Amino acid sequence: MRLKNRHVLGWLEASPLALVLLLFLVAPIVMIVIVSFWGATEFSIYPAFQFDNYEFLFGSPVTYRVFLATLKYAFITWALTLAIGFTVAYFLAFHVRSLTMQIALFLVCTIPFWTSNIIRMISWIPFLGRNGIANQTLISWGVIDEPLEWLLYSDFAVILAFVHLYTLFMVVPIFNTMMRIDKSLLEAARDNGASGLQTLVHVILPLTKPGIMIGTIFVVTLVMGDFITVRFMSGSQRANVGRLISNDIGLLQYPSAAATAVVLLCTVLIVIAILLRFVNIRKEL
Amino acid sequence: MERRPRSFYVLAAFFALFVLFLYGPILTIGILSFQGPQGGLTFPMNGVSLHWFRDLFQEQAVGDIWGAFRRSFALGLMVMATTVVVSVMAGLAFRKRFAGSALLFYAAITSLVIPSILISLGVGLIFNQLGLKIHWATSGFGSQLTWTLPFGLLIMFAVFNRFDKSYEEAARDQGATSWQTIRFVVLPIIAPSLIGVALFGFTLSYDEFARTLLTAGSYNTLPLEIFGMTTNVTTPVIYALGTLTTLFSFAIIAACLLGVWILGKRRARLGSDAGKGV
Repeated sequence: MRLKNRHVLGWLEASPLALVLLLFLVAPIVMIVIVSFWGATEFSIYPAFQFDNYEFLFGSPVTYRVFLATLKYAFITWALTLAIGFTVAYFLAFHVRSLTMQIALFLVCTIPFWTSNIIRMISWIPFLGRNGIANQTLISWGVIDEPLEWLLYSDFAVILAFVHLYTLFMVVPIFNTMMRIDKSLLEAARDNGASGLQTLVHVILPLTKPGIMIGTIFVVTLVMGDFITVRFMSGSQRANVGRLISNDIGLLQYPSAAATAVVLLCTVLIVIAILLRFVNIRKEL
Repeated sequence: MERRPRSFYVLAAFFALFVLFLYGPILTIGILSFQGPQGGLTFPMNGVSLHWFRDLFQEQAVGDIWGAFRRSFALGLMVMATTVVVSVMAGLAFRKRFAGSALLFYAAITSLVIPSILISLGVGLIFNQLGLKIHWATSGFGSQLTWTLPFGLLIMFAVFNRFDKSYEEAARDQGATSWQTIRFVVLPIIAPSLIGVALFGFTLSYDEFARTLLTAGSYNTLPLEIFGMTTNVTTPVIYALGTLTTLFSFAIIAACLLGVWILGKRRARLGSDAGKGV
């Protein structure tokens, strides 16, 4: 017998996905929200309905400083990955002429995505360390006399790692939208006397906006939710919201961690809701 | 062909620098992993040897990395198989615009953008409160799926957006059942993309850290083991491990790309003979 009802068949086919998301996405979020109202002793947590965790969170100046630092990381990383990602995608889409070459170079840009983030962070140590390549080179060139201390374990290192890890999240969607721009539009712009720069600003840039938005969502959420890059690259000297949560977890203060997590989730969702007003993701794939 | 503008060379140089930025660090630790036995974590090279690779194979030196590798490999395969099957089914479902599909779609997007530590924390809490033991093959497996499934789903969207429905119509017109249509028409057409989904499923699981951190239980996966090493291992042995596991990832990627390429060749050879007749 053929199932005629597309709603029933649709849900049947989507049920494994729905089940996984229900068990490992929705339920954990609900659990976190519940636990954020619980209380904790030094050794255990107990069910309650109290706002202590939130009161403590919003009453502490650390919270605001850390959220601000998180937004700062997100913004700087976003600006850098966008500038680099756009340039790279633009080069690939409009200056590389054969499709084979485009695909090959595109793969070169995406392959690191499928390797380990931890290893990619570790691999900066020989570069940035006190006796690392960067310092040795700068000293041998006579640019500096003493090794720079702020290369590793600093904001600089954190942002460098973010850019290194996440630029390809910009390159891929921007390249994807650029490849779909009708080349005759560019010809039309040129025939009407637009310079290369004018074509870029008035034709390519507006048409690439959806890709930029998708890349932005990726980069901003990845950076805002991060806790390991900041911990590793700053040598535990800098904090962001993710580290606040993971520190609480380390101290078994789950209710407090949960409250911070709820606030972080709300922040991320608000940012995304704003970004989604500019783009329809499903149409852009 | 028209001459290349000057901007081409500027951009090409920029691109080359970007690639150097992407691969430079990993190449550096690749080189440094051949440090001599007395060598440190940075240049200069203190001789050249396989000392640190040999160290990896002596278990007491660095903990249980081979066990961690085996677990990561098994988990990667589990996640890969599940991701492919679930994504294809969901991809087929989303073509039907069933009631509530928008809600499910937004759930999948949320799964992608939610800070990983929330999944880790939430799943950990649930298992804890239910009195279940967290284990990489249960809680770790589920947590990783929340990361790989959205990617699989997005790829399926991209695939089906480009899918020519007339093939299915043709199959139906010739009397194929809906299962036959999927099995003999749809699946073979989308097969190369499924290799892509499998690649995402395996590698994202194999390298996943944040969502596995609180959900793997007492047996570490490889990324957790490596991260543990960063705090207490101060010799190039960690570079040797990084080099090996990166080479392993490269091998997997190469195998997948080769698979896609072979499928494409086969298709070109065995495909339509339209226009070739007399």
